[in-house]
Amino acid sequence: MYRWIPFWPDTAAVNAEVVNNLYIAELIVSGLIVATVVAMILAFGVRYRRGSPASRANLVQKTWHLEVGWTTATLGAFLILFVWGASIYIWLFQAPQGDEEVYVVGKRWMWKVEHPGGQREINALHVPVDKTIRVVMGSEDVIHSFFVPAFRIKHDVVPGTLQTIWFKANKTGVFRLVCTQFCGLQHATMQGEVDVMSAPDYARWLTEQGVHESLADQGRDVFRAHGCSGCHDENSTVHAPSLAGLYGTYVHLQDGSVRLADEAYIRDCILNPRSFTVAGFPPVMPDFSGQLGEDEVLKLIAYIKSIGKTRETGR
Amino acid sequence: MSVTTVERAAPRETPSPEPSYLTAEHTVGSWLLTRDHKRIALLFFASITFFFFVGGIAATLMRLNLATPQGLLQPSVYNRMFTMHGIIMVWFFLIPSIPTTFGNFFIPLMIGARDLAFPRVNLGSWYVFNLSGLVVLYSLVMGGADTGWTFYTPLSASYANGYVFAAAMAVFINGFSSIMTSLNFIVTIHRLRAPGMTWLRLPLFVWGIYAVSVVMLTATPVLAMDTLLLAVERFIGVGLFDPTRGGDPILWQHMFWFYSHPAVYIMILPAMGVVSEIIPCYARRPIFGYVGMVLALMAIAILSFFVWAHHMFVAGISIYAGVFFSLTTFFVAVPSAIKVFNWTVSLHKGSIVFDAPMLYSLGFVLLFTVGGVTGLMLATLAIDVGVHGTYFVIAHFHYIMVGATVSAYFAALHYWWPKITGRLYPESWARFAAILTYVGFNLTFFPQFILGYLGMPRRSYTYPVEWQSWNVLSSAGASILAVAYALPLLYLGWSLIWGRKAGPNPWGATGLEWTTPSPPPDHNFSSTPTVVHEPYLYDPEKATFVSQEGTRHAG
Amino acid sequence: MPDRGARLLEVQYANLAHQGETAELGIWAFLINETIFFGALIFTYYFYRLTYPHDFALAARDTVLWCGSVNLAILVTSSLTMVLGINAAAQGERTKMIRWLVATCALGFAFMLVKGYEYYLDFQDQVVPAVNYVAKSGEGPAGELFWVFYWVATGLHAIHLMTGVGLVLYMLLWRIRRGEITPVYYTPLEVVGVYWSFVDVVWLFLFPSIYLVGRS
Repeated sequence: MYRWIPFWPDTAAVNAEVVNNLYIAELIVSGLIVATVVAMILAFGVRYRRGSPASRANLVQKTWHLEVGWTTATLGAFLILFVWGASIYIWLFQAPQGDEEVYVVGKRWMWKVEHPGGQREINALHVPVDKTIRVVMGSEDVIHSFFVPAFRIKHDVVPGTLQTIWFKANKTGVFRLVCTQFCGLQHATMQGEVDVMSAPDYARWLTEQGVHESLADQGRDVFRAHGCSGCHDENSTVHAPSLAGLYGTYVHLQDGSVRLADEAYIRDCILNPRSFTVAGFPPVMPDFSGQLGEDEVLKLIAYIKSIGKTRETGR
Repeated sequence: MSVTTVERAAPRETPSPEPSYLTAEHTVGSWLLTRDHKRIALLFFASITFFFFVGGIAATLMRLNLATPQGLLQPSVYNRMFTMHGIIMVWFFLIPSIPTTFGNFFIPLMIGARDLAFPRVNLGSWYVFNLSGLVVLYSLVMGGADTGWTFYTPLSASYANGYVFAAAMAVFINGFSSIMTSLNFIVTIHRLRAPGMTWLRLPLFVWGIYAVSVVMLTATPVLAMDTLLLAVERFIGVGLFDPTRGGDPILWQHMFWFYSHPAVYIMILPAMGVVSEIIPCYARRPIFGYVGMVLALMAIAILSFFVWAHHMFVAGISIYAGVFFSLTTFFVAVPSAIKVFNWTVSLHKGSIVFDAPMLYSLGFVLLFTVGGVTGLMLATLAIDVGVHGTYFVIAHFHYIMVGATVSAYFAALHYWWPKITGRLYPESWARFAAILTYVGFNLTFFPQFILGYLGMPRRSYTYPVEWQSWNVLSSAGASILAVAYALPLLYLGWSLIWGRKAGPNPWGATGLEWTTPSPPPDHNFSSTPTVVHEPYLYDPEKATFVSQEGTRHAG
Repeated sequence: MPDRGARLLEVQYANLAHQGETAELGIWAFLINETIFFGALIFTYYFYRLTYPHDFALAARDTVLWCGSVNLAILVTSSLTMVLGINAAAQGERTKMIRWLVATCALGFAFMLVKGYEYYLDFQDQVVPAVNYVAKSGEGPAGELFWVFYWVATGLHAIHLMTGVGLVLYMLLWRIRRGEITPVYYTPLEVVGVYWSFVDVVWLFLFPSIYLVGRS
């Protein structure tokens, strides 16, 4: 659709299409502003050059009408662009449930991708077309930024927390993935490919990876190996919050605040338990920071998300 | 300028009654220990010109590297090049450029004072600047920092291998120079105006310097604290901004941008002041909407403090914070737009001459407009998500910082050259350089908008081969720009020896600085002038102008 | 006296009163800058304190309250002696002025002595980040951050205080000795006094932030 615009990048997602329209509108507005200024400078420059016969009588030094007029017009135009851009932004960054989920970890200098089924990729991300993909992202070291130009979607991955974005590709093909936050020596080569496939192709790709253990199952192994089940199991004698059905509920913390139990919250509890003690529970959970890599934390999160889904939680 | 009645060159052989500030004393000590604001301005001019070329060499190497995907430099060298280019250009050229040279030289002259309020603080500022310069040169020579000029943590604090501590300390020390200079200007403009020089009779250049000084004084201490904390973290290895040790990397970004956004307005406000001086003079008519221009300058200065997180829309701030900062960013664009309209309308019914200062100033207006509208695009949240961290941003800020500010710097240099040196520069060469700058600049940076939207990340030593043609265009433009920036060195240098001597007011301008000889004597005015008029009383119809102290002239 | 006045008057000023008023505007403008400098530090401190209230309270138990309190008393008193010195200058009472300024200096030195002793105690208590820091049981990594702020804040304050002492000494040994501080023009002393009071005010903010955490 946009192929007739020269030098236009690929548009391969619904996100990108919405942004395209706004971008073109702003290009037009910008072009008009620049053209007006150029035209006025040229017109005045020629007409009123030294020695030209044009009349210089009745010079206008100021009129409040003109100043107020173009200030108001400018402000009005800007506010329209602001509202348009802000509404798309809010839509872009409120990650919905999603048809598929994928976990991404940025690390110097590669992108590690894990699918819920346990399939792993490096610097590549296979996704089905026309499905909303929810991406949960973290960083192992410094700040990186996950950017797919063809989808016009980007977010920094910040160490110490998790970010969530979404996209819905509507065209099959291979699209570039780049890192846009300088992260050190090989930042420029921290690139990958997003391979958008048709649903049957994607299903076949998943099985072809030959993985037997899903991410949640791997998470259960980590859960047991690090002794989490010792306190958090249903049969444990230790007074610890139950994790079944936790994901997606609201949790009351010791300091009175309330937090949504999303991926970032679960990560915070594991790595910084002292600051996120649940109300009514003793602050005795051991601190796992330094013991678990981002990969393992994501597996644990996948596991915790999977347990107790039958139990009524109320969201 | 083909005006017949205004003196362009000095009349023959009328010996000045007193020596100029240049010839009053000759010893090295009289320069290095001077308290004369005009000599200090020249001292600063030497320092910042030096750093301009150091930063420019870094840019040259970068663009040479980017002409091909295979590149020229090792990745680690390239990464240090762009970091040092940013640090040096921002703190060692752009921020001091107009204030410490033309501000120092002309603020007292324009307000009718015989020096700044605190001459020793002024000289101290130059020494502090040079001290910080030595530290940054040390960092550069030892290999340079490799974090980007924004020093994002935890990369800069915990991972980077380069000389981050030295670079951060250089910036820390440099801040004191800014603070000393800005303090001097604020106090001077408040208290040393000549009788009759009311606030609303101040030339817009003075207002521009005043506005920038307010921002410098209040924003720089935040940077000082940031770089100090970063240096502490880097030096002793604690976790102020390191998430593995309790720190918050986003806090670094907030604190850094809280200064660095006003910093970019520090870089443009004096340039706006310069252009507001030159356009009325070369169009021979008063500026349109003087009060609106003053209000716009102060509005930009104040609003600049409320927009910083527009650099962080995809950094992990809440979406509602993003919405807030987008709104404030659109607000701060309004006074800038007013100024562009006013400059353009200030050509209406003028009697325009296209000498070099005017060419540079008109170039400023156009390039600032392009930079400004692309700034609007960046302020638009949904678009920023797509272009943040790409070459689009690089193009945007170079249009403002280089296209606009550096053009204004060269405009000022040519406009005030006769007053500073007592010589006229060769006009044809200057016009050629101005046009060449414009061509080279656009060729260098316009392709970068396209590269950015295509998705080329910034701070990259290489790129996929399908983006090569845009990069080649950009590098070609850079080579033209380099020539255009080097040319003035040559012909201005030439003019110092062989240029025609200038009279007190070769352009027929209305400011008080043009009532003194060229170059001015040590203490500027033999007696304090009295101001009776507002500035820019040019009459294009009658071809006359009225100086601020009341004398009427033809021209 | 007119000779001395002529020597003091700089060429860009109409008269000594003009020069004096301008100097005062200068010091106040400078203090706005200094306030923002310390303000940024205090902001960052409170940001982390509100994020990790437990760790900060635990780590702060090792602060030496008596040192901080004695220093508070010393500084407040020194501001008083400074003001009395400036008053004496305004009245032309040279001996009194010198006496009060010497007292101010002495109090400044006393502050530094107490502070130095306190730093020694801090070393013993092993609260020096990255050098010998030992966290208490139950204290997370943010406890060390408290102590980073402690050393940076008190260190910066100490540098400012030493600068203040240096300025008072400069007044005593240079300006006053040459008779350049007179009831007609004593602005340089006032400027130093304003700076001194600022250093005092900074301590008024640092003291509760550092010493009264979790002690209420």
